[in-house]
Amino acid sequence: MTIRKLALSALTALSLAATPSVASEAGHIEDFAFSFEGPFGTYDRAQLQRGLQVYNEVCSACHGLNLVAFRSLTDETGPALEPDVMRAFAAQHEVEDGQGGYRTAAGPDHFGHSSLENAPDLSLMAKARAGFHGPYGLGINQLIHGMGGAEYIASFLLGFTGEETEQGGSVFYENRAFGGNVAMPPILSDDLVEYSDGTPATEEQMAQDVAAFLMWAAEPKLPQRKMWGFIGVLFLTLLASLLYLTNKRLWAPVKAQAKQG
Amino acid sequence: MSGIPHDHYEPKTGIEKWLHRRLPIVGLIYDTLMIPTPKNLNWWWIWGIVLAFCLALQIVTGIVLVMHYTPSAEAAFRSVEHIMRDVNGGYMLRYLHANGASLFFFAVYIHIFRGLYYGSYKAPREVTWIIGMLIYLLMMATGFMGYVLPWGQMSFWGATVITGLFGAIPGIGEPIQTWLLGGPAVGGQTLNRFFSLHYLLPFVIAALVILHIWAFHHTGNNNPAGVDVRKGSKEEAEKDTLPFWPYFVIKDLFALVLVLLVFWAIVGFMPNFLGHPDNYTIANPLSTPAHIVPEWYFLPFYAILRAFTADVWVVIAAHWISFGIIDAKFFGVLAMFGAIAVMALTPWLDTSSVRSGRYRPMFKSFFWLLVVDFVVLMWAGAMPAEGIYTNIALIGAAYWFGYFLVILPLLGVLERPTTPPATIEQDFKAKVKAHAKKSGPAPEQIPAE
Repeated sequence: MTIRKLALSALTALSLAATPSVASEAGHIEDFAFSFEGPFGTYDRAQLQRGLQVYNEVCSACHGLNLVAFRSLTDETGPALEPDVMRAFAAQHEVEDGQGGYRTAAGPDHFGHSSLENAPDLSLMAKARAGFHGPYGLGINQLIHGMGGAEYIASFLLGFTGEETEQGGSVFYENRAFGGNVAMPPILSDDLVEYSDGTPATEEQMAQDVAAFLMWAAEPKLPQRKMWGFIGVLFLTLLASLLYLTNKRLWAPVKAQAKQG
Repeated sequence: MSGIPHDHYEPKTGIEKWLHRRLPIVGLIYDTLMIPTPKNLNWWWIWGIVLAFCLALQIVTGIVLVMHYTPSAEAAFRSVEHIMRDVNGGYMLRYLHANGASLFFFAVYIHIFRGLYYGSYKAPREVTWIIGMLIYLLMMATGFMGYVLPWGQMSFWGATVITGLFGAIPGIGEPIQTWLLGGPAVGGQTLNRFFSLHYLLPFVIAALVILHIWAFHHTGNNNPAGVDVRKGSKEEAEKDTLPFWPYFVIKDLFALVLVLLVFWAIVGFMPNFLGHPDNYTIANPLSTPAHIVPEWYFLPFYAILRAFTADVWVVIAAHWISFGIIDAKFFGVLAMFGAIAVMALTPWLDTSSVRSGRYRPMFKSFFWLLVVDFVVLMWAGAMPAEGIYTNIALIGAAYWFGYFLVILPLLGVLERPTTPPATIEQDFKAKVKAHAKKSGPAPEQIPAE
C-alpha cells in the first residue's frame, strides 16, 4: 500500500513538475515581486511606460524588438499609450520602405531588428529565459515563487560583478545571473534616464521596469489569458458540480438495489 | 455488434423504417451508445473519454491554427508569433493545442498503466491492446513533428537528434535519415514534410481509434474484477452490466470536466510551464543548445536511449557478438524502440491465469514499482546525460525490461493469486456495501421515481 501511495504522489508531483529544462542552472536569479505574477496579476501601466523609456533610450542602441508592433503600445492592458502619443513615438523611428530606402514608421510597423549583430532580439527574451530554475529541474521556483524570464532579465542587468577578462582582443564581463562571462558590458547606472513620472531612476528601478516591459513585449495577451483562465475555471467548477449531482442521482437507485441484494 | 446479449434498435416510425432498410446508421449509433458496460468500472476507466476529447480538441484547434500558420523555415517562427499577438483568441488556441498534447500524453499513460494493472491486454483483448499501442506510436510521431513546426531552437535540435536515431542503424541508416529529412540536414524541406504528416496522422489515429473502440465493443469492456460478463441470457447479462448511456456517459463527463478544470487552469495561468523556454528562440543551425531535451512525455524513453553508453557490459557484449555492427548509439536506439515493443508484447509475456492485478499479491508490488520506475526515468531523461544520472537511467531501463521480459512470465508460475469474485454483480455489490459502511449508516436517499 505504501509503495502504491508513493507511486501515486510521485506521479502527481512529476506530472505537474516534470519539466524538460535544466536551462542555465548555474546562474543566480533574484526573486522580484512583479505585478503580473500569480493568477490575478496584471501589468502595471506606469511601469511598462517607464520600461519602454528605458528600452528606447538604452537597450535599443543594440537590441531589436522586431516582433512587437508600435500599435500594440496602445493596448489597454499594456503600456496604454494614447494613439497620438503612440504615432508620435513611431514617427521617431525609421523602417525599410521595401524599395531599398527608409521611411518614417507608422502604427502598424514593427520595432527594428538588433543593430548589433551578436545582440539578440528582445521580443521574446522574457519567455526564452524563463528557465525553470530548479531545484533539480523540477521548476519548483517557478511554480511557488512565480519566477520567470522577467526575473532573469532584471537579475542579469543587476548581476555584473565588475570582473573583466580579455579574450582574443574582446573584453568579457562576469555576470552572476548568467553564471559566467558575457560580451555585454554593464550598462545601467543611477539616473541613466530621467523618468517623466518623477520616479527616481535607480539601477534597481530601471532593471525591474525594463524587465516588466519586456515581459509585456513577450506575452502581451497575458491579462486576457488569465481572464479566460478564470472564467473557464469558474464555468467548469459549476459544470462539474452539476454533473456530480446528476451522476449521484443517476446511480442512486442502482446502488440502493445493490445494497439490498 | 457486441457479444453481450442486449436490446437492439427497433425502428418505429415510417421514416425510421425507411432509413433503416437503406442505411442502419441510427441502429449503429444506438447500439454503440447502449452497449452493456460492466457495472463495477472504477474511476481509472474514465481516461478513454478524456483521450477521445483530446483527439477532437487537437484536431479542431489544429485546423484553426493551420489557417494562420506559414510552414516555411523563413516564416514559421514569425507566423506563430502572429497567432499569439494578432489572431483573435490565437494565444488561447495555441496554448490549448500545445498543452493539449501534454494532456493527451498524460491521459494515455494513465490509460496504458490502467490496462497493465487490470490485465486489459489479456485474451480476448490482444487486438485492442495492439491497436492501442499503434495509436500511441502514431501519437508520438505526431507530437514530435508538431513540436518541430514552431521552428524554435528545441524544434530544430530535437528534430536533428531524433532523426539522427535512424542514422544510427548500420548501413541503411544514413540513407533513411536523408530520406526522412529530405536532405543532408534539418531544413525548410524537413519542416514542410513534417507539417504535411502532422496534419495527416491525427486522421489515421482517428481511424485506429474507431477500430480500437470496435474491438473492445465486440469483446466487451474489461473491468476491475477481470471476470467476464455472463452472456448466457439477456437477464443474466443485465445483472452484470448497465447501458453506456446514461450511466457511464454522465460519469465519464463528470470526470472529464474535472480533468479539464485542471487543464484549463494550466492553460490560463501557466501555459509555458511544460514547454521548453529555448523554443522561444528562433531555430539557429549554428548554435547548439547546452542541453537538448525532448518534451516531458518522451523523457522516459529518451532516458533509456541515453542509458546504454559504450561502457555498459551488455553494450560491450552486443558489440563483440555482432562483430562491431552494434555500437552504443545503435544499441540505445534498439533499447528505446524495444522498450515500447516489449510493452506491446505484454499479452504474450504475461502468463498468469488471473486477469486483474487486484487478485495478484506479488504482481501488485512489481507493478507499482514499474510506475515509480517510469517516473524516475522521466526525471533522469530531463537531467544531463552525465555522472549519477546515467546510472539511475540504466537501473531504470534494466527494471523496465526486467518487468516485461522476466518478472511477468515468471509471476504466472511463481505467484499464487487470490480468488476473484465469481461475477461482476458480486464485485459491484461488495464495492457498494464497502463504500456504504465506510461513509457511515446510509440515509434513506432512494429517490421516488
